[in-house]
Amino acid sequence: MTVTELVSYEDALASYDPVMGLEVHVELGTKTKMFCGCATTLGADPNAQTCPTCLGLPGALPVVNAVGVESAIRIGLALNCEIAEWCRFARKNYFYPDMPKNFQTSQYDEPIAFNGYLDVQLADGEIFRVGIERAHMEEDTGKSTHVGGATGRIHGASHSLLDYNRAGIPLIEIVTRPIEGAGARAPEVARAYVAELRELIRALGVSEARMEMGQLRCDVNLSLRPHGREAFGTRSETKNVNSLRSVERAVRFEVQRHAAVLDAGGTIVQETRHFHEENGTTTSGRVKEEAEDYRYFPEPDLVPVAPSREWVEELRAGLPELPLARRNRLREEWGISAHEMQSVLNAGAVELIVATVEAGAEPAAARKWWMGELARRANEQGVELAALPITPARVARVTALVAEGALNDKLARQAIEGVLAGEGDPDAVVEKRGLRIVSDEGALGKAVDEAIEANAAVADKVRAGKVAAAGALVGAVMKATRGQADAARARQLILERLGVAE
Amino acid sequence: MPGITREEVAHLARLARLELSAEELDHFAGQLDDIIGAVARVSDVAAQDVPPTSHPLPLTNVMRPDEVRQGLTPAQALSGAPAQEQQRFKVPQILGEE
Repeated sequence: MTVTELVSYEDALASYDPVMGLEVHVELGTKTKMFCGCATTLGADPNAQTCPTCLGLPGALPVVNAVGVESAIRIGLALNCEIAEWCRFARKNYFYPDMPKNFQTSQYDEPIAFNGYLDVQLADGEIFRVGIERAHMEEDTGKSTHVGGATGRIHGASHSLLDYNRAGIPLIEIVTRPIEGAGARAPEVARAYVAELRELIRALGVSEARMEMGQLRCDVNLSLRPHGREAFGTRSETKNVNSLRSVERAVRFEVQRHAAVLDAGGTIVQETRHFHEENGTTTSGRVKEEAEDYRYFPEPDLVPVAPSREWVEELRAGLPELPLARRNRLREEWGISAHEMQSVLNAGAVELIVATVEAGAEPAAARKWWMGELARRANEQGVELAALPITPARVARVTALVAEGALNDKLARQAIEGVLAGEGDPDAVVEKRGLRIVSDEGALGKAVDEAIEANAAVADKVRAGKVAAAGALVGAVMKATRGQADAARARQLILERLGVAE
Repeated sequence: MPGITREEVAHLARLARLELSAEELDHFAGQLDDIIGAVARVSDVAAQDVPPTSHPLPLTNVMRPDEVRQGLTPAQALSGAPAQEQQRFKVPQILGEE
């Protein structure tokens, strides 16, 4: 393999215009497989969830999962697609051990949903519309383990082992139209599209869409064309790019690689490529035209799917508020910028803040704790925000204690620390750790008197009218009370004692 | 004109990962051509008013509820496998891919 020197991203963009096509596979969260009643439970023993249908045994006949079809229609509607009045399944023939039937049941020229779009929002708030070519129903393959090779890869393997639990789990493949006009923002657009699609799938409740679990997988098609040229260049297809960050990196890498090949007077080979998570590069897989001879034909064992318009309209009426619209509504309710909302989304904090507000917190306070102290702790522990052992209701209670003056921010952080450490709810932690602000006038007054006595020179300055100097005395009071004093009240008392007004 | 050529049969054999000798190719190409020719006679009687169809019954929307049905045990699933290992189907080295 010849290693091509990459062209810098900026130079590549100066000469070429990138065109992308994204194919996303979503594994539905149905209880059973697409064409048989086998369970889809994660982590089951190998080959414990199979039957004659998904093993492709002679005489076994498939029957479509109604929830699979319903989910496909709902996804199509949420993507602003038309829904086919009549469509069929097709056999995609290929001989490979991950499909025991020797074909994948898919849809070919009659997808259930087509001709839609998804609006995605970039970091600066700009909306980019991605055209959707189609969304169709198909099934997942089995899982191969390659044995005998050095790194579990297929190269050098002596044989392979197949677990067919996953074979037949419903997949919806969502294919974009060629994405043009993104220019230098192509990697960002690709990432934002997959991120928005993931939010959409979750909002619909049809899948958890966890990329790290393979429930949402992305193939990235990319080509370059010289500026000003209408015709697309030859594309490469990078398979199984399985995190948002990887989607962005894969696009960027392919832009640089294509530019290098084209600059050197070479031609791009139409091929599938593999993405390498560890260094963000891609390497050549199989050459495409050979592999694409799938000899599709209509599946004779399944009858056509013809969703009635009544059913489609019923499903349309039942769609939830879609994520981008919802985020924009929340953004206005919370009074924050598009950029701040993007940070909230990236931090996985939208639902947590919503729940905290629902539990009675002010939006600003809810956002402050989730995006500040809690995000910091989640980051430290390397876990997702939602995985922290604190509920939105408890965060709301902390904000309430702050709002009523029982805690200041410093004490609130300690209360949160206690909750995270499993010491109980915020009230219990405050009680056990003795965190309540010292509002007892007697104790506070004593601390104020002591502070004045210990800092006579500062006190004199304040008496002489230099009110700003009172800050040092407040500091002394806070120190003496280990931060538990109400600083504002302490300041009032200090000024009263020294006979000055603000 | 034949329904299928020897080259097409060779191509299909390769897609199906079947190794066929020259004699076998000759043999199967002739047989498959006969079969295709026989089936093609349907077109002779299908007039303009007969639309292409992929299913003999005029049915649509045959679906089942999303309810789990007991399948096979791993032992049953593997009972017909020529080879197995770690409760999985064991297949020979997968060539010509990746």
